[in-house]
Amino acid sequence: MNAFFAQLMSGLATGGIYASLALALVMIYRSTHHVNFAQGEMAMFSTFIASMLLQAGWPYWAAFFATVVIAFVMGAAIEAVLVRRLRHAPVLAIVVVFVALLVILHSLAGWLFGYTIRSFPSPFAEAAVAGGLLSPHQLGAIGVTLLMLALMYLFFRYSPLGLQMRATAENPTSSRLVGVRVNRMLALGWGLAGAIGAVAGMMVAPVVFLDVHMMSGVLLYAFAAAVLGGIGSAPGAVAGGFIVGVLENLLGTYVVGAELKLSVALVLIIVVLVAKPSGLFGKAIVVRV
Amino acid sequence: MTDALLDVRGLEAGYGAGRVLFGIDLQVAAGSVTALLGANGAGKTTTLRALCGLIRLQGHVTLGGQRIDGMATEEIVRLGVAHVPDGRGTFTGLTTEENLRMGACTRRDKAGVREDFERFYEYFPRLKERRHQQAGTLSGGEQQMLAIARALMLRPKLLLMDEPSFGLAPKVVQDIFRIMRRVREEQQVAILLVEQNASLALELADHAFLLETGRIALAGPAAAVRSNEAVRAAYLGGST
Repeated sequence: MNAFFAQLMSGLATGGIYASLALALVMIYRSTHHVNFAQGEMAMFSTFIASMLLQAGWPYWAAFFATVVIAFVMGAAIEAVLVRRLRHAPVLAIVVVFVALLVILHSLAGWLFGYTIRSFPSPFAEAAVAGGLLSPHQLGAIGVTLLMLALMYLFFRYSPLGLQMRATAENPTSSRLVGVRVNRMLALGWGLAGAIGAVAGMMVAPVVFLDVHMMSGVLLYAFAAAVLGGIGSAPGAVAGGFIVGVLENLLGTYVVGAELKLSVALVLIIVVLVAKPSGLFGKAIVVRV
Repeated sequence: MTDALLDVRGLEAGYGAGRVLFGIDLQVAAGSVTALLGANGAGKTTTLRALCGLIRLQGHVTLGGQRIDGMATEEIVRLGVAHVPDGRGTFTGLTTEENLRMGACTRRDKAGVREDFERFYEYFPRLKERRHQQAGTLSGGEQQMLAIARALMLRPKLLLMDEPSFGLAPKVVQDIFRIMRRVREEQQVAILLVEQNASLALELADHAFLLETGRIALAGPAAAVRSNEAVRAAYLGGST
């Protein structure tokens, strides 16, 4: 029973990480209706930048926030330079470009930072919490995820900029016709997603260690989380993240074994897409004609 | 009419290789209503799209003396040109109120925006009843009202309206035109109204242009256009 509980808690902890990357996916989806396959590699790349800053002697939080800003600029730049040109391209072309971006960032990181595995510090002090079931880092990472969720919710729900981003994602032409500078909104969406992804990366790295492959598994789980929650819903992505984390851990331990853990995520994606494409929290948009 | 708010000279536009407009001259005086009439496919919607920069154009377009041809749509809008588009352009996933907030998203005068909310909810009580409802669930007539109210939320100098009567029941069309008469009396806005329903449009308009296969076939005060024999035969059903 105790072992079961431990698995459950550790599932929640990894789920929090999936949730934070899923939030970045949702951010781009809500602002552009694209699904960014390169999201994980963008996060990995940003985490390497944080690592360089730390090596250069920056204090943790200074490096953390500088990385978030750099990741924002990187995300916005990718939109402005690359994604913008694909505005009228068919979906398949966009998917191919995103996959290419994934591979390019992956190789570029390997070339720039090397393939050796590095450790990455956690900002949360080492001390046993919650009866020793959750490490302070796990607890801190869950807290960070929930904080990001709250900020995103408030941003989209209450800020004029958040409203403009939702409107732009839904109907770019109508948005132009009320004076929204659509290009800026799209770049902003990518920038914010880049920033959220960077936070996710810096929370993952202390657990899985920092290397160029660190996000490849995480991205799949994050996809499963986002799809499960309804790809356009931030609370859905977070709930989905926790569910996927727990399912993965429990099924991996008691049912399918560790080798098939990743398949659980893929099966989940397929089941959700077939049975309930709008996910647990996604709202099916009703249109009267 | 050189002091017109909107002055269009030699406007040519089309889609891809297909030309739709062949050199249109058209003026809209400040605060007046100008009707742009014509049959299906004459180029009415294309004219509006070209004027607000949604499609490429050739020619010379000025708004209050400033050239706007070649400018990006959002920048033209920011100069005070609102558009009630063909198909209404509702943000279906947003609420009615959020749609209206989008209409005012370029404005910085918060007090004025609040006033306008009250004013247009009073114009369109149905929208107020449904202000927290997802806009995609509104009826066609309600969405048309929403499109008009959203455009007015910009406090535009010029309002481009594309077939506000399209696909609506006669009773709803009556309502909408009654409100447009009110807009015309109470708001400082010039309207360029595209309509297939020529008799309704000519009742409201001061001035009218008749578009035939991409060229202006006739222009003049609304009363003169209404009594023109050819217009009566082709667009007003021949009687009265």
